[in-house]
Amino acid sequence: MRYHTPTSFEDATAIAARATGITRYLAGGTDVLVQLRSDAVTPDDLIDIKHIPGVREIARTEGGGWRIGVAVAGAEMSEHGELGRDWPGIVEGMDLIGSTQVQGRATLVGNLCNGSPAADGVPALIAARATVTVTGPDGARDVAVEDIPAGPGKTTLARDEMISAVNIPAQGTNGGDAYLRFIPRTEMDIAVVGCAVNLTVDGDTITAARVVLGAVAPTIRLVEEAAAALIGTTLDDAALAALAEAAEAACAPIDDKRGTIEFRTDVAGVLAKRAAKIAYARARGEAQ
Amino acid sequence: MSKIHVTTTINGDEVEYLCDPRETLLDCLRDRVGLTGAKEGCGTGDCGACSVTLDGRLVCSCLVLGAEAEGKEITTIEGMAQGDDLHPLQRKFIEHAALQCGVCTPGILVAAKALLEKNPDPTETEMRYWLAGNLCRCTGYDKIIRAVMDAAEEMREAS
Repeated sequence: MRYHTPTSFEDATAIAARATGITRYLAGGTDVLVQLRSDAVTPDDLIDIKHIPGVREIARTEGGGWRIGVAVAGAEMSEHGELGRDWPGIVEGMDLIGSTQVQGRATLVGNLCNGSPAADGVPALIAARATVTVTGPDGARDVAVEDIPAGPGKTTLARDEMISAVNIPAQGTNGGDAYLRFIPRTEMDIAVVGCAVNLTVDGDTITAARVVLGAVAPTIRLVEEAAAALIGTTLDDAALAALAEAAEAACAPIDDKRGTIEFRTDVAGVLAKRAAKIAYARARGEAQ
Repeated sequence: MSKIHVTTTINGDEVEYLCDPRETLLDCLRDRVGLTGAKEGCGTGDCGACSVTLDGRLVCSCLVLGAEAEGKEITTIEGMAQGDDLHPLQRKFIEHAALQCGVCTPGILVAAKALLEKNPDPTETEMRYWLAGNLCRCTGYDKIIRAVMDAAEEMREAS
C-alpha cells in the first residue's frame, strides 16, 4: 500500500486517475481503516486528503449558507454553535454516528461516500438541499447529495473524481430541520430507520418541505409524496396521517437482526411524524 | 516496501519512528515506541481500549495510521501521572475499585480526562454518553462512573 499526502484536490484526483489497483481516500478513516484492518478492502493507493488547505474549515458563504470542508470531524460540527443553530438536523444526524472517539475523526463526506443506506449523516443533508462539489479531471461541478449514493457501498462518483466540499444553502429565518433515527439501544448502533425533515413556513402554513428516509431502501430516499402531504398544511392530524402513509409507501426495506420489514415500515411513518413536528416547531422559531 | 519516517510529539517528547504505511498509530505506539499502555481490544474502533488524544482530540489509535501522526501532538496514558504522583482520576479508580482486569482502564482514564478538560462539571448522563465508546466487560460501569464523578469533584475543589 502506498500512502499519499497530496496538497490539492487536483493532485489527489491525479493520483487516483493514475492508479491501477484499489484506491481509497483517507479523511477520518473510521470506515477505511476498519475495512483495511479486517482485510475487507486493502487499498494499493491510500490518499490522505487532510493536507489539502481548507479541508478542516466550516465557513459561512456569501449567500448565508455554509461550506463544510471534507475532513471536518463530527465533533467539530457539534462544537461549532452557529452551524447547529441554522441546521440542527444536520448536526444532530452527524452527532449520532459512533462514539466520542469516532466523532473526533468521522466526516460527513466519508459517511456519504461509504454508501450505507443507513448513514445517519446523509438524510438531513438531502433534506437541506445540500450539494457536494465534485472535483475531477475536467474541473469541479456541484452535484445534489441525493445523486451520490448508488446502492449499498456504491456511489456515482467516477474513479478519477472526489468530493471536495459540502455546500449547504442558507436556512433563512422561517425554516427548520430535524433528524431522528431508531435504534434498539440508546447509543452506538446502526439506524433501523432514519428520517430527516426540512420545512419552510409562512406563518402557520408549510410552504416547502423535504422528507428523507434512511435504512429502508438500497439508497437513502427523498420522498416527494411525503413532502407533498405537508405543503399547504398547518401540520394538522390529517397532514401527519398523510405524511406517515406516504413515508410507509416509500419503504422497501430488508429484514435483518435489527428489524423486520413490517417494523421498519411502521417506524418510518412514526419517525416522519415526530421529525416533522420538531422541524415545524423550529421553523416557527419555537425552541426545540 | 519502504517504511515511512514519522516525527511526532508524544506526551511532550519528540519521538521518531519508522512504520509500514498500513500500521496503525496503536501498533506504532506499542511496537515502535514501546508505550504499551494503550491496549488493542477490538481493533475496529468499537471498544475504546486504545484511546489517546491526537492534537487534543480523543480518538481510537487503532483507527489512525502511524503515518498520520507526522507533526501531531499525541497524549497517552503514560503521560497522565506526574512521576510517582497519580492523576486524581487514577487515584479514584483505585479507591473505588473501578477496575478488575484493567484492559479497558487506560482508555477510560484518557477518555475521562478529555471530558473533564472540556467540561469540569459534567452530569452523570453526560459522562455516561461520553464514555459510551469505552467498553468494560468486568465492572458493570457503575464503579467507573462513581470514580470519575468523584475525581471530577476533587479536581474542581482543587482548582
